[in-house]
Amino acid sequence: MSLPSGTYAETYVQDMSLLRTKAHWLWAALLLVALATVPVWASDSTLTLAIIIGITVISVHGLNILTGNCGLISMGHSGFMMVGGYALAIMSARYGVPFLVALPAAGLIAGAVGVLFGLPSLRIKGFYLIMATVSAYFIIHWLMLQFRGFTGGTEGISVPTATIFGMEIRGNVAYFYLIIGIALLATVLAKNILRTRAGRAFVAIRDNDLAAEVMGVNLWTYKLQAFFIGCVFAGIAGALSVQYIGFANVEQFPFINSVWYLGMLIVGGMGRTAGVVFGALAIKLLEQTATKIGPSLAEFTNPQAAVGLSLILPGLAIILFLIFAPHGIYQLWERFRNYYQQWPF
Amino acid sequence: MTFFLQLVVTGLSLGMMYALIALGFVIIFKCSKAFNIAQGHFVMLGGYLGYTFLVAAALPLWASILASVAVAIVLGLAIERLALRPLLGKPVLAVIMMTIALAGVMEGIVIVIWGGEYKTYHDVLPAVTLQIGGVSIPPESLIGLIVSGLVVAILMLGFRYTKIGLAMRATAEDEQVTRAAGIRATTVYAVAWVIAAVVAVVGGILLGGVSGVAIPLSEIGLKALAVVILGGLDSIGGAIFAGVMLGVLENLAAGYLDPLMPSGGGLAGVFPFLVIMVVLIFKPHGLFGMKRIERI
Repeated sequence: MSLPSGTYAETYVQDMSLLRTKAHWLWAALLLVALATVPVWASDSTLTLAIIIGITVISVHGLNILTGNCGLISMGHSGFMMVGGYALAIMSARYGVPFLVALPAAGLIAGAVGVLFGLPSLRIKGFYLIMATVSAYFIIHWLMLQFRGFTGGTEGISVPTATIFGMEIRGNVAYFYLIIGIALLATVLAKNILRTRAGRAFVAIRDNDLAAEVMGVNLWTYKLQAFFIGCVFAGIAGALSVQYIGFANVEQFPFINSVWYLGMLIVGGMGRTAGVVFGALAIKLLEQTATKIGPSLAEFTNPQAAVGLSLILPGLAIILFLIFAPHGIYQLWERFRNYYQQWPF
Repeated sequence: MTFFLQLVVTGLSLGMMYALIALGFVIIFKCSKAFNIAQGHFVMLGGYLGYTFLVAAALPLWASILASVAVAIVLGLAIERLALRPLLGKPVLAVIMMTIALAGVMEGIVIVIWGGEYKTYHDVLPAVTLQIGGVSIPPESLIGLIVSGLVVAILMLGFRYTKIGLAMRATAEDEQVTRAAGIRATTVYAVAWVIAAVVAVVGGILLGGVSGVAIPLSEIGLKALAVVILGGLDSIGGAIFAGVMLGVLENLAAGYLDPLMPSGGGLAGVFPFLVIMVVLIFKPHGLFGMKRIERI
């Protein structure tokens, strides 16, 4: 992090804190106030979009730790979200587990499944690992449809209303505060995980796993740890999505989402916590644009044009970023910030 | 026994389709070390091009195949030059995401143009039904078998006896040495993409004739990646062998195991992915793939 000149740290606590200057605190406070006042002015559909972006941010933080920092490319992230979503639905609908217990439990279950499918990552990487995780998605998808007695098969399961300390969570405003709150927590948590010993080990593994092993990084534990952490985030995001919609079925977690999550990392900036937020915002807004202008395009071509457009726009964004700005929006933002920080020079 | 043979025969024609897609993938991977996940979408595009030329424009079969091949050549060249060449030397993920994004864009364009509806042209391909014993071989799979066999043979001969085939084999062996010897690697890459696109589009027209085309046709491309993994990423023979094997096994598994499943099975959809898992755990480089030794 580049700091303005004249910023000194006198204690280790100061040195390690995320918000170093008064300006940082000011921006953070402004961001919180801005987020808190969104429900006052935003329309219902904007709130829905914000909630979906919040869920996506939580999930992509997991993918960022797993793929962006540990270099283990996962294209089954949507499948791990599905595990978390179904875990929450089954726990709360069939066994009456309260929401506050079911949510972390769903995360842990998704993490465990992630570790299971992450086992091949000890021997393979790159394209092979992508195929292993793609297979993981389709196997999970198939299992969810097969065990109909448990998961409801193609009909899915409906989830009872969540209660937190006796308060029922209903309506977009309540969900907005719940999910944006968790997304903020997840962002801070993800940032801090990457600053721990494990986070540094992940980066070492990404840059060269053999060299990392020679230097004493235990590949076995850290690769599986990365899978566990990444899939816990995914599981929690999936559980929140199911709770918000009030219903769990497999169509909620399509395969293409796994692809877009990786695309968000590329558009936002691989391995950067802030990049996750940028990427999720960019791709989701593009999808939203597609559904907005799709119907007017449909008049010229055919009624499905909106669906096609929602594939074309994010795809084009990924292609253009890969060619012209491979480090994503984060790098563009950093260049801009450096420029104005050192402006006269 | 008849049931078994029937499953094997339909599995064979499905397997030849898998092999065709896998072949395109292997050609690109061998020459440029790029993973083309969009191969299945080329096939889908081929199916829709076939529909456009055969049914909408009512061209004869040979003319529509020629026209589709022309489109495929332009497409292959454009993708290689505009999208893949800027990524030379970039990490694996960049190339894979590029081809996936291309796949998304292609699927989107197909939906915008053709509406993503199911299109069929069963009656356009000549109908010959063979009856051997109690097993009837459907005309489409027979055509599929013959034509994909033909394409494979042409490719094999081309690799063996033409100058560009030699250059491609050399590039696959060692790119740097090849360039030092005065062969343009970029030309080889372009040719590889063109061949892959043409093979896929021809396969797509056939598949469209066999079972009709729809958006899920692109999914067959994902399933064909199982073939590539099983056969080894850089083995053309492996791709064909594994393709046929997987097609037959998938059909047998669906035929015999689906009735035993709790909710109706659907094993055909997931079988290739189960195979991928098993192969990656026990034999990550596939049956015929080259083992790479990693150094720091």
